[in-house]
Amino acid sequence: MNVTLKSEVPGEAPGLSGPANSLAFISAGQAWAPLTVMAKADLRQTLSLWRLVWALSVFDIKLRYRGSVLGPFWLTLSTAVMVASLGFLYSKLFATDIKTYLPFLSLSLVLWGFIANLTTEGCLSFTAQEAMIRAMRMPLSLHAARVVVRNVLILGHNIVVIVAVFVIMGTVPDQLSFLLVPAFGLWLVDAFALCLLLGILCARYRDIPPIVSSIMQVAFFVSPVIWSPTVLAHRGLGLSLVLMQWNPFYALLDIVRAPLLGTPMNASIWAVAIFYSILLILLTTILFIRTRPQIAYWV
Amino acid sequence: MASIKLQNVSVSFPIYHAESRSLKRTVIAAASGRVGEDRRHRLVVEALRHISVSLKTGDRLGFVGANGAGKTTLLRTMAGIYEPVEGQIETHGAVTALLDPGQGMNHELTGRENIRLRGLFNALNQAQIDQLQDDVASFSELAQFLELPVRTYSSGMIVRLGFALATAIKPQILLMDEWILAGDAGFLQKARNRLETMVRGAEILVLSSHSADIIMKWCNRVIWIDGGQIKADGSPDEVLGAYLPADQFARAQMAALPTSA
Repeated sequence: MNVTLKSEVPGEAPGLSGPANSLAFISAGQAWAPLTVMAKADLRQTLSLWRLVWALSVFDIKLRYRGSVLGPFWLTLSTAVMVASLGFLYSKLFATDIKTYLPFLSLSLVLWGFIANLTTEGCLSFTAQEAMIRAMRMPLSLHAARVVVRNVLILGHNIVVIVAVFVIMGTVPDQLSFLLVPAFGLWLVDAFALCLLLGILCARYRDIPPIVSSIMQVAFFVSPVIWSPTVLAHRGLGLSLVLMQWNPFYALLDIVRAPLLGTPMNASIWAVAIFYSILLILLTTILFIRTRPQIAYWV
Repeated sequence: MASIKLQNVSVSFPIYHAESRSLKRTVIAAASGRVGEDRRHRLVVEALRHISVSLKTGDRLGFVGANGAGKTTLLRTMAGIYEPVEGQIETHGAVTALLDPGQGMNHELTGRENIRLRGLFNALNQAQIDQLQDDVASFSELAQFLELPVRTYSSGMIVRLGFALATAIKPQILLMDEWILAGDAGFLQKARNRLETMVRGAEILVLSSHSADIIMKWCNRVIWIDGGQIKADGSPDEVLGAYLPADQFARAQMAALPTSA
Protein backbone atom coordinates (compact mmCIF):
# COMPACT_ATOMS: atom_id res chain seq x y z
CA MET A 1 0.00 0.00 0.00
CA ASN A 2 1.28 3.40 -0.88
CA VAL A 3 0.77 5.85 1.91
CA THR A 4 2.20 9.30 1.56
CA LEU A 5 2.37 12.08 4.05
CA LYS A 6 1.53 15.59 3.02
CA SER A 7 2.29 18.58 5.16
CA GLU A 8 -0.65 20.84 4.95
CA VAL A 9 -2.12 23.22 7.47
CA PRO A 10 -3.63 21.09 10.25
CA GLY A 11 -7.34 21.53 10.71
CA GLU A 12 -7.60 23.11 7.31
CA ALA A 13 -6.65 20.36 4.95
CA PRO A 14 -6.44 16.60 5.26
CA GLY A 15 -2.90 15.55 6.11
CA LEU A 16 -2.84 11.83 5.52
CA SER A 17 -3.71 10.09 2.35
CA GLY A 18 -4.90 6.54 2.20
CA PRO A 19 -4.01 3.85 -0.30
CA ALA A 20 -3.21 5.78 -3.46
CA ASN A 21 -4.50 3.65 -6.26
CA SER A 22 -7.14 1.36 -4.89
CA LEU A 23 -9.30 -0.19 -7.53
CA ALA A 24 -12.45 -2.07 -6.83
CA PHE A 25 -14.55 -3.95 -9.29
CA ILE A 26 -17.77 -5.45 -8.05
CA SER A 27 -19.90 -7.38 -10.44
CA ALA A 28 -23.16 -9.14 -9.73
CA GLY A 29 -23.57 -12.70 -10.85
CA GLN A 30 -23.65 -16.35 -9.92
CA ALA A 31 -20.61 -17.52 -11.89
CA TRP A 32 -18.03 -19.37 -9.81
CA ALA A 33 -14.91 -17.79 -11.25
CA PRO A 34 -15.57 -14.14 -10.31
CA LEU A 35 -17.04 -15.18 -6.97
CA THR A 36 -13.90 -17.16 -6.18
CA VAL A 37 -11.69 -14.22 -7.13
CA MET A 38 -13.66 -11.96 -4.78
CA ALA A 39 -13.51 -14.48 -1.95
CA LYS A 40 -9.74 -14.82 -2.37
CA ALA A 41 -9.34 -11.04 -2.37
CA ASP A 42 -11.37 -10.94 0.85
CA LEU A 43 -9.02 -13.41 2.55
CA ARG A 44 -5.95 -11.62 1.23
CA GLN A 45 -7.15 -8.29 2.60
CA THR A 46 -7.78 -9.83 6.00
CA LEU A 47 -4.23 -11.14 5.97
CA SER A 48 -2.83 -7.73 5.09
CA LEU A 49 -4.88 -6.15 7.89
CA TRP A 50 -3.49 -8.50 10.54
CA ARG A 51 -2.47 -5.57 12.75
CA LEU A 52 -6.09 -4.43 12.82
CA VAL A 53 -7.28 -7.95 13.65
CA TRP A 54 -4.78 -8.09 16.49
CA ALA A 55 -5.75 -4.67 17.86
CA LEU A 56 -9.48 -5.48 17.70
CA SER A 57 -8.93 -8.76 19.54
CA VAL A 58 -6.79 -7.13 22.25
CA PHE A 59 -9.38 -4.37 22.71
CA ASP A 60 -12.13 -7.02 22.95
CA ILE A 61 -10.39 -8.66 25.88
CA LYS A 62 -9.41 -5.37 27.50
CA LEU A 63 -13.00 -4.16 27.28
CA ARG A 64 -14.31 -7.29 28.91
CA TYR A 65 -12.15 -6.60 31.96
CA ARG A 66 -12.00 -2.80 31.89
CA GLY A 67 -12.46 -1.52 35.42
CA SER A 68 -11.76 -4.86 37.05
CA VAL A 69 -8.83 -5.10 39.45
CA LEU A 70 -7.39 -8.41 38.26
CA GLY A 71 -8.20 -7.80 34.58
CA PRO A 72 -7.62 -10.64 32.14
CA PHE A 73 -5.96 -12.54 34.99
CA TRP A 74 -9.52 -13.53 35.87
CA LEU A 75 -9.40 -15.87 32.87
CA THR A 76 -6.49 -17.75 34.40
CA LEU A 77 -7.94 -17.66 37.90
CA SER A 78 -11.41 -18.97 37.02
CA THR A 79 -9.90 -21.80 34.97
CA ALA A 80 -7.59 -22.69 37.88
CA VAL A 81 -10.53 -22.83 40.30
CA MET A 82 -12.53 -24.96 37.87
CA VAL A 83 -9.69 -27.41 37.24
CA ALA A 84 -8.80 -27.74 40.91
CA SER A 85 -12.33 -28.30 42.18
CA LEU A 86 -13.44 -30.65 39.38
CA GLY A 87 -10.10 -32.44 39.53
CA PHE A 88 -10.40 -33.35 43.19
CA LEU A 89 -14.09 -34.22 42.91
CA TYR A 90 -13.87 -36.46 39.86
CA SER A 91 -10.67 -38.20 40.86
CA LYS A 92 -12.62 -39.34 43.94
CA LEU A 93 -15.78 -40.19 41.93
CA PHE A 94 -13.93 -42.12 39.23
CA ALA A 95 -11.54 -43.48 41.82
CA THR A 96 -8.52 -42.56 39.74
CA ASP A 97 -5.10 -41.33 40.76
CA ILE A 98 -5.10 -37.55 40.93
CA LYS A 99 -1.50 -37.50 39.71
CA THR A 100 -2.62 -38.73 36.28
CA TYR A 101 -6.15 -37.35 36.29
CA LEU A 102 -5.45 -33.71 37.06
CA PRO A 103 -3.05 -33.13 34.12
CA PHE A 104 -5.58 -34.87 31.85
CA LEU A 105 -8.45 -32.78 33.15
CA SER A 106 -6.60 -29.45 33.01
CA LEU A 107 -5.67 -30.05 29.36
CA SER A 108 -9.14 -31.28 28.45
CA LEU A 109 -11.02 -28.46 30.14
CA VAL A 110 -8.83 -25.71 28.72
CA LEU A 111 -8.95 -27.14 25.19
CA TRP A 112 -12.68 -27.75 25.41
CA GLY A 113 -13.19 -24.25 26.75
CA PHE A 114 -11.48 -22.97 23.62
CA ILE A 115 -13.70 -25.06 21.33
CA ALA A 116 -16.90 -24.17 23.19
CA ASN A 117 -16.19 -20.44 23.27
CA LEU A 118 -15.16 -20.50 19.65
CA THR A 119 -18.40 -22.10 18.51
CA THR A 120 -20.54 -19.77 20.61
CA GLU A 121 -18.72 -16.64 19.48
CA GLY A 122 -18.25 -17.99 15.96
CA CYS A 123 -22.02 -17.95 15.56
CA LEU A 124 -21.88 -14.20 16.17
CA SER A 125 -18.89 -13.53 13.86
CA PHE A 126 -21.00 -11.39 11.56
CA THR A 127 -24.21 -10.62 13.44
CA ALA A 128 -22.29 -9.04 16.33
CA GLN A 129 -20.40 -6.76 13.93
CA GLU A 130 -23.47 -5.50 12.12
CA ALA A 131 -22.58 -1.83 12.70
CA MET A 132 -19.07 -2.27 11.31
CA ILE A 133 -20.24 -4.25 8.29
CA ARG A 134 -22.84 -1.59 7.42
CA ALA A 135 -20.48 1.33 7.94
CA MET A 136 -17.69 0.60 5.52
CA ARG A 137 -16.44 -1.95 3.08
CA MET A 138 -14.01 -4.26 4.77
CA PRO A 139 -13.09 -7.89 4.23
CA LEU A 140 -15.75 -10.08 5.82
CA SER A 141 -13.35 -12.85 6.78
CA LEU A 142 -11.72 -10.28 9.09
CA HIS A 143 -14.60 -10.69 11.53
CA ALA A 144 -14.05 -14.45 11.73
CA ALA A 145 -10.29 -13.96 12.13
CA ARG A 146 -10.98 -11.57 15.00
CA VAL A 147 -12.98 -14.22 16.87
CA VAL A 148 -10.17 -16.74 16.38
CA VAL A 149 -7.40 -14.40 17.52
CA ARG A 150 -9.42 -13.28 20.54
CA ASN A 151 -9.95 -16.87 21.61
CA VAL A 152 -6.32 -17.82 21.03
CA LEU A 153 -5.36 -14.94 23.36
CA ILE A 154 -7.77 -16.32 25.97
CA LEU A 155 -6.28 -19.79 25.45
CA GLY A 156 -2.87 -18.23 26.12
CA HIS A 157 -4.09 -17.07 29.54
CA ASN A 158 -5.38 -20.54 30.35
CA ILE A 159 -2.25 -22.39 29.29
CA VAL A 160 -0.66 -21.02 32.46
CA VAL A 161 -2.96 -23.33 34.45
CA ILE A 162 -1.89 -26.38 32.43
CA VAL A 163 1.78 -25.57 32.92
CA ALA A 164 1.24 -25.14 36.66
CA VAL A 165 -0.59 -28.46 36.96
CA PHE A 166 2.10 -30.27 34.95
CA VAL A 167 4.84 -28.82 37.17
CA ILE A 168 3.03 -29.61 40.43
CA MET A 169 2.11 -33.15 39.37
CA GLY A 170 5.49 -33.78 37.79
CA THR A 171 4.07 -34.82 34.42
CA VAL A 172 6.65 -34.97 31.66
CA PRO A 173 5.50 -34.71 28.02
CA ASP A 174 6.88 -37.51 25.87
CA GLN A 175 9.15 -37.21 22.86
CA LEU A 176 6.22 -37.02 20.43
CA SER A 177 5.49 -33.51 21.70
CA PHE A 178 6.88 -31.96 18.52
CA LEU A 179 3.53 -33.02 17.02
CA LEU A 180 1.99 -30.14 18.97
CA VAL A 181 3.20 -27.75 16.30
CA PRO A 182 1.23 -29.28 13.40
CA ALA A 183 -1.65 -29.94 15.79
CA PHE A 184 -1.84 -26.28 16.76
CA GLY A 185 -1.65 -25.30 13.09
CA LEU A 186 -4.55 -27.60 12.30
CA TRP A 187 -6.51 -26.15 15.22
CA LEU A 188 -5.99 -22.61 13.94
CA VAL A 189 -7.12 -23.42 10.40
CA ASP A 190 -10.13 -25.35 11.71
CA ALA A 191 -11.01 -22.55 14.10
CA PHE A 192 -11.00 -19.98 11.31
CA ALA A 193 -13.08 -22.20 9.03
CA LEU A 194 -15.53 -22.92 11.85
CA CYS A 195 -16.03 -19.24 12.69
CA LEU A 196 -16.64 -18.39 9.03
CA LEU A 197 -19.03 -21.32 8.57
CA LEU A 198 -21.04 -20.72 11.74
CA GLY A 199 -20.96 -16.96 11.21
CA ILE A 200 -22.51 -17.30 7.76
CA LEU A 201 -25.09 -19.92 8.78
CA CYS A 202 -26.13 -17.99 11.87
CA ALA A 203 -26.41 -14.71 9.96
CA ARG A 204 -28.82 -16.36 7.53
CA TYR A 205 -30.71 -18.67 9.89
CA ARG A 206 -31.22 -17.19 13.32
CA ASP A 207 -32.21 -20.55 14.79
CA ILE A 208 -28.73 -21.97 14.42
CA PRO A 209 -27.05 -20.52 17.57
CA PRO A 210 -29.31 -22.37 20.05
CA ILE A 211 -28.95 -25.55 17.99
CA VAL A 212 -25.16 -25.21 18.04
CA SER A 213 -25.06 -24.56 21.76
CA SER A 214 -27.18 -27.60 22.57
CA ILE A 215 -25.08 -29.80 20.28
CA MET A 216 -21.94 -28.56 22.02
CA GLN A 217 -23.43 -29.29 25.42
CA VAL A 218 -24.16 -32.89 24.44
CA ALA A 219 -20.76 -33.20 22.76
CA PHE A 220 -19.08 -32.14 26.00
CA PHE A 221 -20.60 -35.02 27.92
CA VAL A 222 -20.35 -37.75 25.27
CA SER A 223 -16.77 -36.94 24.30
CA PRO A 224 -13.88 -37.99 26.50
CA VAL A 225 -13.33 -34.56 28.02
CA ILE A 226 -13.81 -35.04 31.74
CA TRP A 227 -13.81 -38.82 31.55
CA SER A 228 -10.68 -40.57 30.39
CA PRO A 229 -10.77 -42.62 27.15
CA THR A 230 -9.39 -45.57 29.12
CA VAL A 231 -12.84 -45.98 30.71
CA LEU A 232 -14.14 -47.26 27.38
CA ALA A 233 -11.20 -49.59 26.80
CA HIS A 234 -12.96 -52.77 27.94
CA ARG A 235 -16.48 -51.82 26.88
CA GLY A 236 -18.30 -52.81 23.71
CA LEU A 237 -16.68 -51.96 20.41
CA GLY A 238 -19.73 -50.09 19.08
CA LEU A 239 -19.78 -47.50 21.83
CA SER A 240 -16.06 -46.94 21.55
CA LEU A 241 -16.35 -46.48 17.77
CA VAL A 242 -19.05 -43.85 18.00
CA LEU A 243 -17.74 -41.92 20.99
CA MET A 244 -14.06 -42.08 20.11
CA GLN A 245 -12.96 -43.40 16.74
CA TRP A 246 -15.50 -41.38 14.76
CA ASN A 247 -15.77 -38.47 17.12
CA PRO A 248 -14.14 -35.39 15.58
CA PHE A 249 -13.82 -33.72 18.99
CA TYR A 250 -11.99 -36.71 20.40
CA ALA A 251 -9.58 -36.77 17.46
CA LEU A 252 -8.83 -33.06 17.70
CA LEU A 253 -8.42 -33.19 21.48
CA ASP A 254 -6.19 -36.22 21.45
CA ILE A 255 -3.72 -35.03 18.83
CA VAL A 256 -2.80 -32.44 21.47
CA ARG A 257 -3.46 -34.42 24.61
CA ALA A 258 -1.82 -37.76 23.88
CA PRO A 259 1.76 -36.57 23.31
CA LEU A 260 1.62 -34.20 26.29
CA LEU A 261 0.28 -36.87 28.66
CA GLY A 262 2.49 -39.58 27.24
CA THR A 263 -0.43 -41.87 26.43
CA PRO A 264 0.04 -44.13 23.42
CA MET A 265 -1.24 -42.48 20.27
CA ASN A 266 -2.70 -44.24 17.29
CA ALA A 267 -1.78 -42.79 13.89
CA SER A 268 -5.42 -43.20 12.89
CA ILE A 269 -6.34 -40.40 15.26
CA TRP A 270 -4.45 -37.97 13.02
CA ALA A 271 -6.18 -39.43 9.98
CA VAL A 272 -9.57 -38.79 11.56
CA ALA A 273 -8.61 -35.26 12.62
CA ILE A 274 -7.36 -34.42 9.12
CA PHE A 275 -10.38 -36.03 7.49
CA TYR A 276 -12.85 -33.93 9.48
CA SER A 277 -10.72 -30.81 8.97
CA ILE A 278 -10.72 -31.24 5.20
CA LEU A 279 -14.47 -31.74 5.30
CA LEU A 280 -14.93 -28.58 7.35
CA ILE A 281 -12.60 -26.50 5.18
CA LEU A 282 -14.21 -27.71 1.95
CA LEU A 283 -17.69 -26.94 3.19
CA THR A 284 -16.65 -23.51 4.45
CA THR A 285 -14.84 -22.64 1.22
CA ILE A 286 -17.86 -23.45 -0.94
CA LEU A 287 -20.24 -21.64 1.39
CA PHE A 288 -18.04 -18.56 1.73
CA ILE A 289 -17.53 -18.22 -2.02
CA ARG A 290 -21.27 -18.55 -2.68
CA THR A 291 -22.65 -16.40 0.10
CA ARG A 292 -20.01 -13.70 0.67
CA PRO A 293 -21.90 -11.03 -1.35
CA GLN A 294 -25.09 -11.69 0.62
CA ILE A 295 -23.69 -11.51 4.15
CA ALA A 296 -24.09 -7.72 4.37
CA TYR A 297 -27.79 -8.14 3.60
CA TRP A 298 -28.26 -10.82 6.22
CA VAL A 299 -26.71 -9.21 9.28
CA MET B 1 -7.67 10.22 -11.20
CA ALA B 2 -10.60 9.08 -9.15
CA SER B 3 -13.69 7.71 -10.78
CA ILE B 4 -16.73 5.69 -9.90
CA LYS B 5 -18.96 4.02 -12.40
CA LEU B 6 -22.23 2.20 -11.80
CA GLN B 7 -23.72 0.28 -14.66
CA ASN B 8 -27.30 -0.90 -14.50
CA VAL B 9 -27.04 -1.56 -10.77
CA SER B 10 -29.96 -3.15 -8.94
CA VAL B 11 -30.08 -3.92 -5.25
CA SER B 12 -32.76 -5.87 -3.48
CA PHE B 13 -33.17 -6.90 0.12
CA PRO B 14 -34.39 -10.39 0.83
CA ILE B 15 -37.25 -10.69 3.28
CA TYR B 16 -37.09 -13.96 5.11
CA HIS B 17 -39.76 -13.68 7.71
CA ALA B 18 -42.65 -13.30 5.22
CA GLU B 19 -42.68 -16.83 3.92
CA SER B 20 -46.41 -17.43 3.86
CA ARG B 21 -47.92 -17.11 0.41
CA SER B 22 -50.97 -15.14 1.42
CA LEU B 23 -48.87 -12.73 3.46
CA LYS B 24 -46.65 -12.34 0.42
CA ARG B 25 -49.56 -11.32 -1.72
CA THR B 26 -50.79 -8.81 0.84
CA VAL B 27 -47.37 -7.25 1.16
CA ILE B 28 -46.85 -7.14 -2.59
CA ALA B 29 -50.17 -5.43 -3.06
CA ALA B 30 -49.48 -2.93 -0.31
CA ALA B 31 -45.98 -1.98 -1.31
CA SER B 32 -46.85 -0.47 -4.68
CA GLY B 33 -44.47 -2.39 -6.86
CA ARG B 34 -41.30 -2.05 -4.75
CA VAL B 35 -41.68 -5.61 -3.55
CA GLY B 36 -41.07 -8.40 -5.99
CA GLU B 37 -39.83 -11.94 -6.23
CA ASP B 38 -36.37 -13.06 -7.21
CA ARG B 39 -35.40 -16.02 -9.38
CA ARG B 40 -36.10 -18.44 -6.61
CA HIS B 41 -39.47 -16.85 -5.78
CA ARG B 42 -38.24 -15.33 -2.55
CA LEU B 43 -39.79 -12.09 -1.46
CA VAL B 44 -37.45 -9.13 -1.95
CA VAL B 45 -37.66 -5.37 -1.62
CA GLU B 46 -36.24 -3.80 -4.74
CA ALA B 47 -34.34 -0.94 -3.17
CA LEU B 48 -32.53 0.19 -6.32
CA ARG B 49 -33.49 -0.52 -9.90
CA HIS B 50 -31.20 -0.17 -12.91
CA ILE B 51 -29.09 2.72 -11.66
CA SER B 52 -26.34 3.95 -13.95
CA VAL B 53 -24.13 6.79 -12.76
CA SER B 54 -20.67 7.77 -13.85
CA LEU B 55 -18.56 10.18 -11.80
CA LYS B 56 -15.09 11.54 -12.37
CA THR B 57 -12.63 13.77 -10.54
CA GLY B 58 -14.14 17.11 -9.56
CA ASP B 59 -17.72 15.93 -9.48
CA ARG B 60 -19.80 16.95 -6.49
CA LEU B 61 -22.99 14.97 -6.68
CA GLY B 62 -26.02 15.44 -4.48
CA PHE B 63 -28.85 12.96 -4.00
CA VAL B 64 -32.33 14.22 -3.27
CA GLY B 65 -35.51 12.25 -2.81
CA ALA B 66 -38.18 11.32 -0.31
CA ASN B 67 -37.52 9.15 2.72
CA GLY B 68 -37.05 5.57 1.63
CA ALA B 69 -36.32 6.51 -1.98
CA GLY B 70 -33.03 4.60 -1.80
CA LYS B 71 -30.49 7.40 -1.26
CA THR B 72 -28.65 5.76 1.61
CA THR B 73 -28.80 2.34 -0.03
CA LEU B 74 -27.26 3.86 -3.15
CA LEU B 75 -24.46 5.41 -1.07
CA ARG B 76 -23.85 2.06 0.62
CA THR B 77 -23.78 0.34 -2.75
CA MET B 78 -21.30 2.88 -4.08
CA ALA B 79 -19.17 2.24 -1.01
CA GLY B 80 -19.18 -1.48 -1.81
CA ILE B 81 -20.99 -2.42 1.39
CA TYR B 82 -23.98 -3.89 -0.42
CA GLU B 83 -22.98 -5.83 -3.49
CA PRO B 84 -25.57 -5.45 -6.25
CA VAL B 85 -27.71 -8.35 -7.43
CA GLU B 86 -27.46 -7.04 -10.96
CA GLY B 87 -25.02 -4.79 -12.82
CA GLN B 88 -21.51 -3.77 -11.87
CA ILE B 89 -19.55 -1.09 -10.07
CA GLU B 90 -16.05 0.04 -10.94
CA THR B 91 -14.20 2.29 -8.53
CA HIS B 92 -10.80 3.90 -8.91
CA GLY B 93 -9.59 5.62 -5.77
CA ALA B 94 -9.83 5.26 -2.02
CA VAL B 95 -13.43 5.46 -0.88
CA THR B 96 -14.52 6.79 2.49
CA ALA B 97 -18.14 6.54 3.50
CA LEU B 98 -19.68 8.66 6.25
CA LEU B 99 -23.02 6.99 6.39
CA ASP B 100 -23.97 7.13 10.02
CA PRO B 101 -22.28 9.12 12.77
CA GLY B 102 -21.10 6.04 14.64
CA GLN B 103 -19.64 4.56 11.43
CA GLY B 104 -18.48 1.33 12.91
CA MET B 105 -16.85 2.97 15.90
CA ASN B 106 -16.85 0.83 19.00
CA HIS B 107 -18.73 2.95 21.51
CA GLU B 108 -17.15 1.25 24.49
CA LEU B 109 -13.67 2.20 23.36
CA THR B 110 -12.25 5.69 23.84
CA GLY B 111 -12.00 8.19 21.03
CA ARG B 112 -8.24 7.63 20.81
CA GLU B 113 -8.63 3.87 20.58
CA ASN B 114 -11.15 4.28 17.79
CA ILE B 115 -8.77 6.59 15.95
CA ARG B 116 -6.05 3.97 16.30
CA LEU B 117 -8.31 1.28 14.86
CA ARG B 118 -9.15 3.51 11.91
CA GLY B 119 -5.47 4.12 11.29
CA LEU B 120 -4.79 0.39 11.31
CA PHE B 121 -7.71 -0.16 8.94
CA ASN B 122 -6.08 2.28 6.54
CA ALA B 123 -2.76 0.46 6.89
CA LEU B 124 -0.97 3.43 8.50
CA ASN B 125 2.23 2.91 10.44
CA GLN B 126 2.76 4.04 14.03
CA ALA B 127 4.13 7.49 13.13
CA GLN B 128 1.20 8.08 10.80
CA ILE B 129 -1.26 6.93 13.44
CA ASP B 130 0.27 9.47 15.85
CA GLN B 131 -0.18 12.14 13.22
CA LEU B 132 -3.77 10.99 12.70
CA GLN B 133 -4.39 11.30 16.46
CA ASP B 134 -3.08 14.88 16.44
CA ASP B 135 -5.01 15.84 13.33
CA VAL B 136 -8.31 14.42 14.56
CA ALA B 137 -7.81 15.90 18.03
CA SER B 138 -7.20 19.40 16.70
CA PHE B 139 -9.93 19.33 14.09
CA SER B 140 -12.65 17.80 16.25
CA GLU B 141 -11.73 20.04 19.24
CA LEU B 142 -12.62 17.15 21.51
CA ALA B 143 -9.38 17.53 23.52
CA GLN B 144 -9.59 15.54 26.77
CA PHE B 145 -12.85 13.87 25.71
CA LEU B 146 -10.77 11.66 23.41
CA GLU B 147 -9.63 9.78 26.52
CA LEU B 148 -13.23 8.85 27.37
CA PRO B 149 -15.39 6.06 25.90
CA VAL B 150 -17.34 7.21 22.85
CA ARG B 151 -20.62 6.22 24.52
CA THR B 152 -20.21 9.22 26.84
CA TYR B 153 -20.17 11.62 23.86
CA SER B 154 -23.11 13.73 22.77
CA SER B 155 -24.40 13.07 19.26
CA GLY B 156 -22.78 16.30 18.07
CA MET B 157 -19.43 15.16 19.45
CA ILE B 158 -19.75 11.83 17.71
CA VAL B 159 -20.39 13.68 14.46
CA ARG B 160 -17.26 15.79 14.99
CA LEU B 161 -15.15 12.73 15.67
CA GLY B 162 -16.63 10.81 12.75
CA PHE B 163 -16.16 13.66 10.32
CA ALA B 164 -12.63 14.44 11.51
CA LEU B 165 -11.68 10.76 11.22
CA ALA B 166 -13.16 10.29 7.79
CA THR B 167 -11.55 13.36 6.31
CA ALA B 168 -8.18 13.21 8.11
CA ILE B 169 -7.24 10.22 6.03
CA LYS B 170 -7.56 11.91 2.71
CA PRO B 171 -10.29 10.14 0.77
CA GLN B 172 -10.31 10.34 -2.99
CA ILE B 173 -13.99 9.59 -3.03
CA LEU B 174 -16.10 10.77 -0.12
CA LEU B 175 -19.64 9.43 0.26
CA MET B 176 -21.65 11.32 2.84
CA ASP B 177 -25.13 11.02 4.30
CA GLU B 178 -27.05 13.98 5.64
CA TRP B 179 -26.21 13.51 9.33
CA ILE B 180 -23.35 15.98 8.92
CA LEU B 181 -25.99 18.63 9.61
CA ALA B 182 -26.07 17.51 13.23
CA GLY B 183 -22.99 19.63 13.93
CA ASP B 184 -23.32 23.09 15.43
CA ALA B 185 -23.01 26.15 13.19
CA GLY B 186 -19.33 26.75 13.97
CA PHE B 187 -18.41 23.18 13.22
CA LEU B 188 -20.50 23.16 10.05
CA GLN B 189 -18.48 26.09 8.73
CA LYS B 190 -15.26 24.30 9.60
CA ALA B 191 -16.46 21.07 8.01
CA ARG B 192 -17.43 22.99 4.90
CA ASN B 193 -13.99 24.57 4.68
CA ARG B 194 -12.37 21.20 4.94
CA LEU B 195 -14.63 19.65 2.35
CA GLU B 196 -14.03 22.57 -0.01
CA THR B 197 -10.27 22.02 0.31
CA MET B 198 -10.80 18.38 -0.34
CA VAL B 199 -12.97 18.88 -3.38
CA ARG B 200 -10.61 21.56 -4.72
CA GLY B 201 -7.99 18.81 -4.56
CA ALA B 202 -9.99 17.41 -7.45
CA GLU B 203 -11.70 14.48 -5.79
CA ILE B 204 -15.24 13.17 -5.79
CA LEU B 205 -17.94 14.05 -3.31
CA VAL B 206 -21.30 12.32 -3.16
CA LEU B 207 -23.77 13.79 -0.71
CA SER B 208 -27.26 12.79 0.25
CA SER B 209 -29.33 15.46 1.92
CA HIS B 210 -32.81 16.79 2.53
CA SER B 211 -31.44 20.29 2.88
CA ALA B 212 -31.75 22.07 -0.46
CA ASP B 213 -29.38 24.90 0.45
CA ILE B 214 -26.60 22.48 1.46
CA ILE B 215 -27.02 20.78 -1.91
CA MET B 216 -27.05 24.16 -3.70
CA LYS B 217 -23.86 25.22 -1.94
CA TRP B 218 -21.86 22.04 -2.24
CA CYS B 219 -22.93 20.23 -5.36
CA ASN B 220 -22.50 20.80 -9.06
CA ARG B 221 -24.74 17.94 -10.06
CA VAL B 222 -27.92 16.57 -8.51
CA ILE B 223 -29.72 13.28 -8.96
CA TRP B 224 -33.33 12.88 -7.87
CA ILE B 225 -34.06 9.37 -6.73
CA ASP B 226 -37.60 8.15 -6.56
CA GLY B 227 -38.76 4.61 -5.86
CA GLY B 228 -35.24 3.25 -6.27
CA GLN B 229 -34.85 4.73 -9.72
CA ILE B 230 -33.24 7.87 -11.13
CA LYS B 231 -36.01 10.34 -11.83
CA ALA B 232 -33.88 13.30 -12.85
CA ASP B 233 -30.17 13.97 -13.31
CA GLY B 234 -28.69 17.39 -14.01
CA SER B 235 -27.47 20.68 -12.59
CA PRO B 236 -28.67 21.68 -9.10
CA ASP B 237 -30.88 24.40 -10.55
CA GLU B 238 -32.63 22.10 -12.98
CA VAL B 239 -33.21 19.16 -10.66
CA LEU B 240 -34.02 21.11 -7.50
CA GLY B 241 -36.31 23.33 -9.55
CA ALA B 242 -38.30 20.29 -10.51
CA TYR B 243 -38.01 18.53 -7.15
CA LEU B 244 -38.86 21.37 -4.78
CA PRO B 245 -42.06 23.40 -4.57
CA ALA B 246 -41.44 26.83 -6.15
CA ASP B 247 -41.30 28.79 -2.87
CA GLN B 248 -38.83 26.41 -1.24
CA PHE B 249 -36.66 26.45 -4.35
CA ALA B 250 -36.55 30.24 -4.31
CA ARG B 251 -35.60 30.21 -0.63
CA ALA B 252 -32.82 27.68 -1.25
CA GLN B 253 -31.47 29.80 -4.07
CA MET B 254 -31.43 32.83 -1.79
CA ALA B 255 -29.68 30.87 0.96
CA ALA B 256 -27.02 29.65 -1.43
CA LEU B 257 -26.25 33.11 -2.81
CA PRO B 258 -23.66 34.43 -0.35
CA THR B 259 -20.92 32.02 -1.44
CA SER B 260 -18.45 32.53 1.36
CA ALA B 261 -16.17 29.60 0.81
